[in-house]
Amino acid sequence: MAHFRHLISIDDLSRADILYILDRAEEYEEIAMGRGMGRVLEGKLLANVFFEPSTRTRMSFEVAMKRLGGDVINMTAQEASSVAKGESLADTVRVVGKYADVIVLRHPLEGAARFAAEHSEVPVINAGDGAGQHPTQTLLDLYTIRKESSLDELKIALMGDLKYSRTVHSLIKALTLFDAEIYLVSPPSLALPEDFLEGVRGKIYTAQLDEIIEEIDVLYVTRIQKERFPDEEEYKKVAGSYKVTAETLRKANRSLIIMHPLPRVDEIDVSVDRTRHAKYFQQTFYGVPVRMAILSEVML
Amino acid sequence: MKELAVSKIKEGTVIDHINAGKALLVLKILRIISGSRERVLMAMNVPSRKMGTKDIVKVEGKFISEEELNRIALIAPRATINLIKDYEIYKKFKVVLPETVEGVLTCPNRYCITNSQEPILRKFHVTMMDDGVVARCHYCGRKIKELDKYVIST
Repeated sequence: MAHFRHLISIDDLSRADILYILDRAEEYEEIAMGRGMGRVLEGKLLANVFFEPSTRTRMSFEVAMKRLGGDVINMTAQEASSVAKGESLADTVRVVGKYADVIVLRHPLEGAARFAAEHSEVPVINAGDGAGQHPTQTLLDLYTIRKESSLDELKIALMGDLKYSRTVHSLIKALTLFDAEIYLVSPPSLALPEDFLEGVRGKIYTAQLDEIIEEIDVLYVTRIQKERFPDEEEYKKVAGSYKVTAETLRKANRSLIIMHPLPRVDEIDVSVDRTRHAKYFQQTFYGVPVRMAILSEVML
Repeated sequence: MKELAVSKIKEGTVIDHINAGKALLVLKILRIISGSRERVLMAMNVPSRKMGTKDIVKVEGKFISEEELNRIALIAPRATINLIKDYEIYKKFKVVLPETVEGVLTCPNRYCITNSQEPILRKFHVTMMDDGVVARCHYCGRKIKELDKYVIST
């Protein structure tokens, strides 16, 4: 029995659904590394329908599909915008669904993936809908935590832009399913919106990084975007005080891992890359087995 | 003898105990708008024992479906309905908050897919919270309160 037909939002998944996908991803890890060839999706075709550019997510899906023996067709942002002239998203997914066995959709408007799924004959996977959802990112984040640390009795700090980051919002919701202790570290102007916390039950606290660095298992860093600040000076001041360097980590737990959805700008100093704590590139790799698990779940 | 704020109707639907000032919005929700042919009697801000003041709407010659009437609970959760035949009440009930509503509310998130050119029927999931009714957009997830502001104008 399939756990889901479409993957639209992390909110649609139970703890059991999430653990199921993480277990399946584990099975695919060897193939994801290029050791042996997967054949389970042989003869299947994935259509990347991207109304916004995103090389990284698109490539990750492409790798996942190809390593499992399937093939990929791409509709790039430029093509999508010309096709979409006068054509509704509803019609686009109906047409693409006639060519391919699964649609991976990125769209600038929130709710686009849910709407597309209602009109699609084939499964739709949300690869980001504006400031809305990006569930495959959340699943690969959880996978990384489970692989490199633990989802049990987890203490995690989320640092940076907690106001606008969809990655952070989805991750918080998912982490509450695992009863994690969540520490929010951000400048006041980029704090987690209060209404977000309505209806979210969990152990969620605000903190300064130096107060908790010795206790936490995971430090999840997100980018603070320049355009969120009225002037360059203010941005530099704030960004500077939320930067992770090797010095920041001096008192950290030996087993602390640092994650980042990438791309980073300068919120994690390159000196951190060489430390045992840096897991952000490994995190990117884990996107492949997780997406393999999702693709085989919706198509098989 | 009690004086009636609006005259009796022979046959049709009476919506009573509407929060004061919301009668026009009730008509909007029932899509009784400019150009509609129903005969409507309305009283606003009349004294009420239970509510202090209230509004009343009477729609003559029309039995509005329960599903449609329940949408009124979005803005007037205490409203009561009397269905009238031959000047007598033949059915009386309270509106019940629906779990979902379609085509009634609009999403304030300008980046929501429902505010694009796509052919979408706007849909919200409705719950009663301590501080009133809350509706969540089925597509983008935005939560809204004070629903009066979001009733679709047709």
